[in-house]
Amino acid sequence: MFRYILRRLMIAVPSLLGISLVLFTVLAMAPGDPFSELVSNPNIPPEVALALRQKFGLDDPLMVRYWNWLTAMLQGDWGYSFISRINVETLIMQRIPVTLLVIGSSQLLALCIAIPVGVYAATRPYSIFDQIASTLAFIGFSLPTFFTGILLILFFSIHLDWLPFVYRADIPETGWRFFWEHFKQMIMPVVVLGMFQAGAWTRYVRSAVLDVIRLDYVTTARSKGLSEKVVITKHVLRNALIPVVTLVALQMPAIFGGAIVTEQIFRVPGIGSLIISSMLANDTPVVMAVTFVFSTLVIACNLLADILYGWLDPRISYN
Amino acid sequence: MNEIDINSLIDKVRGQEMTRQQFIRRMVGVGLSVPMAAQMLLTSGLAQAQTSSSYKPTKRGGGGALKLLWWQGATLLQPHFASGTKDQEGSRIFYEPLAAWDHDGNMVPILAAEVPNSSNGGVSRDGKTITWKLKRNVLWHDGRPFTADDVVFTAAYAADPATSAYTKGSYSDVKVSKVDSHTVRVEFQKASPFWADPLVSAAGMIIPKHIFESFKGATSRDAPANLRPVGTGPYKFTDFKPGDMLRGVINNDYHEPNRPYFDSIEMKGGGDAVSAARAVLQTGEYDYAWNLQVEDELLLRLEQGGRGRTSITPGGNIEFIQLNMADPWTEIEGERAHPSSKHPILSDKAVREAISLVVDRAGVQKFIYGRTGIATSNFLNNPKRFVSPNTKFEFNPDKAAQVLEAAGWRRGSDGIREKGGRKLKLVFQTSINGPRQKTQQIIKQAAQKAGIDLELKSVPASVYFSSDPANPDTYTKFFADIQMFTTTMPQPDPEVFMNQYQSSQFATKANKWLGRNSTRYNNPEYDKVYLAAQSEMDPVKRAAMFIRMNDMPVNDIAIIPLVYRPRTAGIVNNLVAPLSGWDNDLWLLKDWYKTT
Repeated sequence: MFRYILRRLMIAVPSLLGISLVLFTVLAMAPGDPFSELVSNPNIPPEVALALRQKFGLDDPLMVRYWNWLTAMLQGDWGYSFISRINVETLIMQRIPVTLLVIGSSQLLALCIAIPVGVYAATRPYSIFDQIASTLAFIGFSLPTFFTGILLILFFSIHLDWLPFVYRADIPETGWRFFWEHFKQMIMPVVVLGMFQAGAWTRYVRSAVLDVIRLDYVTTARSKGLSEKVVITKHVLRNALIPVVTLVALQMPAIFGGAIVTEQIFRVPGIGSLIISSMLANDTPVVMAVTFVFSTLVIACNLLADILYGWLDPRISYN
Repeated sequence: MNEIDINSLIDKVRGQEMTRQQFIRRMVGVGLSVPMAAQMLLTSGLAQAQTSSSYKPTKRGGGGALKLLWWQGATLLQPHFASGTKDQEGSRIFYEPLAAWDHDGNMVPILAAEVPNSSNGGVSRDGKTITWKLKRNVLWHDGRPFTADDVVFTAAYAADPATSAYTKGSYSDVKVSKVDSHTVRVEFQKASPFWADPLVSAAGMIIPKHIFESFKGATSRDAPANLRPVGTGPYKFTDFKPGDMLRGVINNDYHEPNRPYFDSIEMKGGGDAVSAARAVLQTGEYDYAWNLQVEDELLLRLEQGGRGRTSITPGGNIEFIQLNMADPWTEIEGERAHPSSKHPILSDKAVREAISLVVDRAGVQKFIYGRTGIATSNFLNNPKRFVSPNTKFEFNPDKAAQVLEAAGWRRGSDGIREKGGRKLKLVFQTSINGPRQKTQQIIKQAAQKAGIDLELKSVPASVYFSSDPANPDTYTKFFADIQMFTTTMPQPDPEVFMNQYQSSQFATKANKWLGRNSTRYNNPEYDKVYLAAQSEMDPVKRAAMFIRMNDMPVNDIAIIPLVYRPRTAGIVNNLVAPLSGWDNDLWLLKDWYKTT
């Protein structure tokens, strides 16, 4: 087991290097630079843009720039944003709490819907409940979030005037009003993201439970005279959830990565909105740092999922 | 009415035989605009009446929170690093310049005690020295007094090449020195009729010497105050997250009585322009939304929500078409569109005239821009005193066909005209942007009727407007036949704005295509008039020169002005927010208040 983890970690190093090289090259070759506003403003003399290009090292050859970035990164220096001229890690850290809160809650909401609904539907396949749940699940993951988001805004913010649709991470109110305001503004983004995820997961849980419920040991448990509740929670669910746990573990990086479209619609200041505004502004250090952290997380979560899988299902061996 | 008559009238005002109002009325009567008449008195050394303020509140504070929505959030708060308006606006909450521009292009003192002019000794007779008197009761947010040292420091900070300040251009050719603790002298190398660039408006925000002293030059990026501003403005800094949220609280020591009205301010960033318009006009969740680049049709519909209104402020920005005077398809000395080359088709004036005739400006205004783009035949549209009466526009594809026919361009079998074996095919480029693609389509269809084939090309805005010397699609390179974009006029004086048709401004390989003359317009007459206008101290003569400069590229059809673009903002019904097309939206934030 230990040797297995060690081996995986050692494979991770060259993959991360490869990923960073590809990312860096693609970003460097992408057209445009961070000075668009400088060029179209007649009051800014051209030499300012030239001096800044040099200062930011944009005129150096690609491999020199990559080497500089890599050595700095290895020493823990993530560089600074070309646009706001502050350190990249500060920018990222400002966005993480909101991302975890909003995306995390939406994933929790999705789990809280997907597991009970999926299990109940699987125990009564093709019943009315199953039909309705399946239909809703299909609608849930077929509708894109930008559509449901705008629909909710039109209904709850504009028509009914109940909920705000601009998310404010810092709310000046104190006491219970602080929590109430936070709760109100979180409802729509969390529901939009949660419903989308819940749709897919419900289908997944349902089929996983259906696979297990037909096995002989379940029949044995039933014939022992165990109550249906015990059979489902103790015998079926445990085994059925093994693949679901893997799926959720693989979804973890997405919680960090945020949700670009939904964050844009509700103005949630998360990682997703940071990366999209940095990309549009050609702010390479920020895009590079966020994507690199993201790929590290993908690799780490894959490893985590594999280990969890073996731990939950002893039949899988790592040799 | 000639110059001598005007001068004798000005003397009458000076001798108090005639009041200011009477003079202005007379001038308006002979066809001059109010701001122009006011400007004539100002430069002649007659104290200008204070722009009357409509500020009503009688005590400081008590207005609750002011919530601003900027769909592109401020990313930094150092005004001298602010490349675009979104960053300037963020800084403008906390920092102030010596003076600002109102909606008529008049100067309003902010940190200055008065506007310099020749009668108060502020403007020297030769136009080379400006003396600013500063307000005495101004405190920085940390309690230290504001003095002439801060002004001198700001100029030195911005002028230092190692600082790489975006405002460097305003300070590199001037000498700013201290006369006494509250007087500053600005010296220009030559007579400068437009002396109000340094220390004024967005480029003139004054920063405190005691905070930034040790962060001048190469260490400028390390200043903690770049993220925690200490200014003189009506609100003090509390919190900032780049691209997302900026917050401030009332400055109880503000240097003007009863101001500001609001107890706190927040500027939320992110999202898109349409939903920003919604949040102000339809739901009233926010009080003010900046730069609503939204189709007018949609704005009108959102306004029916009844919670807010759209404010349309005229400035000088213009959407226009450039015709390439150089040849973008052949290399000379390894350079495409070399200024010495001639465009194979567009050098024929008949073709340029035909293209101008197929541009349906009234239609573009009516069907695309509405209130947010007014059809025009001029490049220079504002302030009124610079507007040329000598140009006109016409939409007439049949006439375009006749012009081409007369010049020997005959229709081929495919309907496209040709002459000397050369087809009348041109590449028309612009940035990716809804209204621009629609405009391209309208022009292409009309051009087809006249027998001109336009190949439409659209480039992503982040590429088109970049300075990347390796990319062939930037607008300054202009490696196409025709292109269309908006150019901004940041000041009420057209001197900087009009430099883009000088031959010394050619965008070439040597200056990495950062020169401003991308259409490669070459007219020695233009260069001569421009040079003369730079040091002409008589405002009437100077205005006439700029009108001539406007007429040259327009009548030579090197450019085709399309629509001028006023600024649009969303304001909730009870908010009073004085705006200006010549300065930042927040130029007079101290006077914003809500009626009850």
